[in-house]
Amino acid sequence: MTGVLSFYRTSIGKKVVMAVTGLIGVGFVIGHMLGNLQIYLGAEALNKYAAFLKSTGELLVVVRVVLLTAVILHIIAAVQLTIENRKSRPQRYVKKQHVESTFASRTMRYGGIILLLFIVYHILHFTIGKAPGGPQPFDVHNVYNNVVYGFQNIWVSLFYIVAMLSLGLHMAHGVWSLFQTLGLNNRRFNRLLRNAALGIGTLLFLGNISIPIAVLVGFLKPI
Amino acid sequence: MKLKLHIWRQDNAKTAGKMVSYDANHVSPDMSFLEMLDVLNQELITKGEDPVAFDHDCREGICGACSMVINGIPHGPQRATTTCQLHMRSFKDGDEVYIEPWRAEPFPVIKDLAVDRAALDRIIAAGGFISVGTGSPPDGNAIPISKEISDLAMDAAACIGCGACVAACPNGSAMLFTAAKVSHLNLLPQGEPEKDQRVINMVAQMDAEGFGNCTNYAECQAACPKEISIQFIAKMNRDLIRAKLREGNNAGSGKTGGA
Amino acid sequence: MQLNAKIPAGPLEDKWDQHRFNVKLVNPANKRKYTVLVVGSGLAGASAAASLAELGYNVKCFCFQDSPRRAHSIAAQGGINAAKNYQNDGDSVRRLFYDTIKGGDYRAREGNVYRLAQVSVNIIDQCVAQGVPFAREYGGVMANRSFGGAQVSRTFYARGQTGQQLLIGAYSALERQIGLKKVAMYSRCEMLDIVLVDGKARGIITRDLINGKIERHAGDAVVLATGGYGNVFYLSTNAKGCNVTASYRAYKRGAAFANPCFTQIHPTCIPVAGDHQSKLTLMSESLRNDGRIWVPKKAGDNRAAKDIPESERDYYLERKYPSFGNLSPRDISSRAAKEVCDEGRGVGPGGLGVYLDFSDSIKRLGKNMIAERYGNLFEMYERITGENPYEVPMRIYPAVHYTMGGLWVDYNLMSNVEGLHVLGEANFSDHGANRLGASALMQGLADGYFILPYTIGDYIASAKLAPVSTDHPAFAETEREVTTRLKQLLEINGKRSVDDFHRELGKVMWDYCGMARNDAGLRTALERIPQIREEFWRDLRVPGSGEYFNQELEKAGRVADFLEFAELMCHDALMRTESCGGHFRTESQTEDGEAKRDDENFTFVAAWEYKGVGTKPTMHKEVLEFENVHLSTRSYK
Repeated sequence: MTGVLSFYRTSIGKKVVMAVTGLIGVGFVIGHMLGNLQIYLGAEALNKYAAFLKSTGELLVVVRVVLLTAVILHIIAAVQLTIENRKSRPQRYVKKQHVESTFASRTMRYGGIILLLFIVYHILHFTIGKAPGGPQPFDVHNVYNNVVYGFQNIWVSLFYIVAMLSLGLHMAHGVWSLFQTLGLNNRRFNRLLRNAALGIGTLLFLGNISIPIAVLVGFLKPI
Repeated sequence: MKLKLHIWRQDNAKTAGKMVSYDANHVSPDMSFLEMLDVLNQELITKGEDPVAFDHDCREGICGACSMVINGIPHGPQRATTTCQLHMRSFKDGDEVYIEPWRAEPFPVIKDLAVDRAALDRIIAAGGFISVGTGSPPDGNAIPISKEISDLAMDAAACIGCGACVAACPNGSAMLFTAAKVSHLNLLPQGEPEKDQRVINMVAQMDAEGFGNCTNYAECQAACPKEISIQFIAKMNRDLIRAKLREGNNAGSGKTGGA
Repeated sequence: MQLNAKIPAGPLEDKWDQHRFNVKLVNPANKRKYTVLVVGSGLAGASAAASLAELGYNVKCFCFQDSPRRAHSIAAQGGINAAKNYQNDGDSVRRLFYDTIKGGDYRAREGNVYRLAQVSVNIIDQCVAQGVPFAREYGGVMANRSFGGAQVSRTFYARGQTGQQLLIGAYSALERQIGLKKVAMYSRCEMLDIVLVDGKARGIITRDLINGKIERHAGDAVVLATGGYGNVFYLSTNAKGCNVTASYRAYKRGAAFANPCFTQIHPTCIPVAGDHQSKLTLMSESLRNDGRIWVPKKAGDNRAAKDIPESERDYYLERKYPSFGNLSPRDISSRAAKEVCDEGRGVGPGGLGVYLDFSDSIKRLGKNMIAERYGNLFEMYERITGENPYEVPMRIYPAVHYTMGGLWVDYNLMSNVEGLHVLGEANFSDHGANRLGASALMQGLADGYFILPYTIGDYIASAKLAPVSTDHPAFAETEREVTTRLKQLLEINGKRSVDDFHRELGKVMWDYCGMARNDAGLRTALERIPQIREEFWRDLRVPGSGEYFNQELEKAGRVADFLEFAELMCHDALMRTESCGGHFRTESQTEDGEAKRDDENFTFVAAWEYKGVGTKPTMHKEVLEFENVHLSTRSYK
């Protein structure tokens, strides 16, 4: 355990925690999106899928604990790293130009904050059903209707779209970045990883925002 | 041509600094950037003012002494070029030029544009060497080293230790410097025996100096006058993770031996 | 003054082995009781400091740069020689010895040079063990290239930055000892004087360049590895900070200065672009392996290079020196370039340049091969001149590059001042009147890794050194002199800047003590230098004070020393009426304009003893004896 802690204390150790928890996150959001997209197969398919997830019992608890732990570790490491980074550049440049960093990489922290707010709202919104502006009526057994009612609120949908934009950007840098941090990158794979990250970010953004948009334009209707 | 210069002036590490504007009215495109500052300094001396202090030495792009952030980019707008080799043909008549020192907590300002980069030396002292004393090493050709490995090690070894990577990094991180130094030695068979300890110690020293972390912006490789790639950072991360894993395996070894 | 070179007796091949056996050793447990002060952290200084610390001595190492890794050795591009004979092309220790003696125009000591050739092979092994990434062939063995003045391929290289890679090797060894607390490193710390106690070098006075503090350091021996004095010319390929101060202070304290007029003019530098020029940039001599040097046959031909047909080009090195051609030694190539420019056939602005043309090699080997060999040099050239050498030929012109002269040392690398050891470019010992390419790195590392560690032990073991502390009156007195001088520089409060004086001095030196020298010119210089010096001490302006980082004050001290040292150089050049190596006296040439040596009268080392500012120094001769090589006219035809 002291070994793990001593590793965590290094700057790279914290980054590795970011990368590993990030990788869990990437896996989760991809799976989550694929699950959500079943909404296009109809209410029955989606509700059946939701019921299946709930039926897994202890496994679901384990998954939730892992995810929650990952999120917490990701945030703690991020906060610690940010504090250290601010300390190492106390005096800012009067004039600064960015040459190679991307918009996505420079907005990781802000995107991360939006995502944190989003996660809290999202759980209140669709898991617990107690979010302001949430679906009325909320029925734990009818996920499909919850989604449609939920997104009929344009402000909620807009917030979701902004959050998904953040998610896309976060992934467009993060997926490449985590491989770089874990040292699983070299000259040959770099371009591939960069493109894969961009692709994953884009698909997550488009796939996820398609649902509120489909609701708003009336393609998905309550049953 | 004529330029408007905005230069950071600061008496020492303890006082606050500020930008001061100067006119450079006799700039030739064939001048190097430092020669342009030489001319300004000569004018300041003649006027009885304090000349601008800046580090420089070889003026041919290899000693790594020069250290200015020019218009927000360490070593200025031309890629793969140190300030001393940047020539004024990279600028246009009437340009405004902002000149600032490397900025990072571990690089305190000594005066104006000169900073103290001893932190980089201390990272080397922590492990940037192969522990071989002067003596009778094996013949240089005794260990064949493939051209690919040798070239890759050379790519890393090309680092001139200027610190532009730190200056460019929004986090003030010295990862590219440290990675280049670790990789140069860790890639070579001669560096193999101390590979793990080297990366562990050098990263620990880098952290202790107060450099920031790598968030993979890649600004460092864009600023590096020797075009060192952030692939070496990935390699250092890999080496560190492996070393930390192996450290557990080897814990306690060597303590029971001895005669 | 007694000059005893202490060359061991016996056959050339055995001298060094026998000497190593004869030297006294310091008991391992006693070494830590001795402190060695190493000034300079280039190849010689860093390698010496690291090696001495490994042996167990306490070492203090000083450099004026912000890091020991920045010493000017770093700028060497081309390579390092070693008699490895990996290429099976007939190289041997004896051949490297012979080439170096001949290349130096028979003005170096046989014993020293043979030793240099012997240890050259160990240097390569040592550097490889440290992780220096020498260029390799596909089979995994090291690659070699040929270099000026040699007909074998014995030069090892690491891309275009051999000097930096070797220095990083020595610096990493030094940093290791710093980490182990065996070496105390003082960066941004300039040595301003040397302290003698009972005639022995026992300490130095330094100035901390950041806060201006004057400090005393005491030790049992002092090692100067402070480089050369090429910057006396203002424009040279040396780094801006290179200076003669440490050597010159030692000279003023009684150390003899040997052959100061032997300066090397490097043939392949980028020509001067304008008055603002602050230094000259060297293009590695290795370029001459594949580049062909030419000028138009007609004077005043100002057509673009590509418009000049082959028949109207004069490949003058190939024409005059068919067997060495473009690889003729530096002094010969430089002078040939000056000759064609004097004839009005120079190219580029001002007519001070010759072409170095790669078009034939690009045709023969392909652009990729040329890029592989010289890519970074080509890029550097383009950055500086704005011209692409893949398309238009490079323009080059000679520039001051290296100084063979330096403090006189014996076989043990100790000067005539006991305890004062001098290494690398700062001493005079191995290159005679001209240094071959890729031999400076070899000498610096030979001195530091493999020679001094033995010989300094002999001194320490036999000198019976009483402990000395910095409270000794000699320290107080020397410190007072240093402080007074700094105060004087700050109080002149005149109108002209340090650079202004330095440029003026440089011009005088280049005009009268440069590539070609003659009696009248040198006498003119000897009149002009004291005038400039007098004006310097009357009209200099050094802004600010000495209590903080004051780069003008640093420069002022260095230029003040150059202004005295320049006179010494001219005296030496005036005395030596022969032409040899880098020293060309126009009065002494053959009918076809080649240098004419005068072995009968000048086969000696001129070691000068300080007699006061403005007073002619006294010359002492160390006669050179050649038992193993026959003094022949150096011909590269």
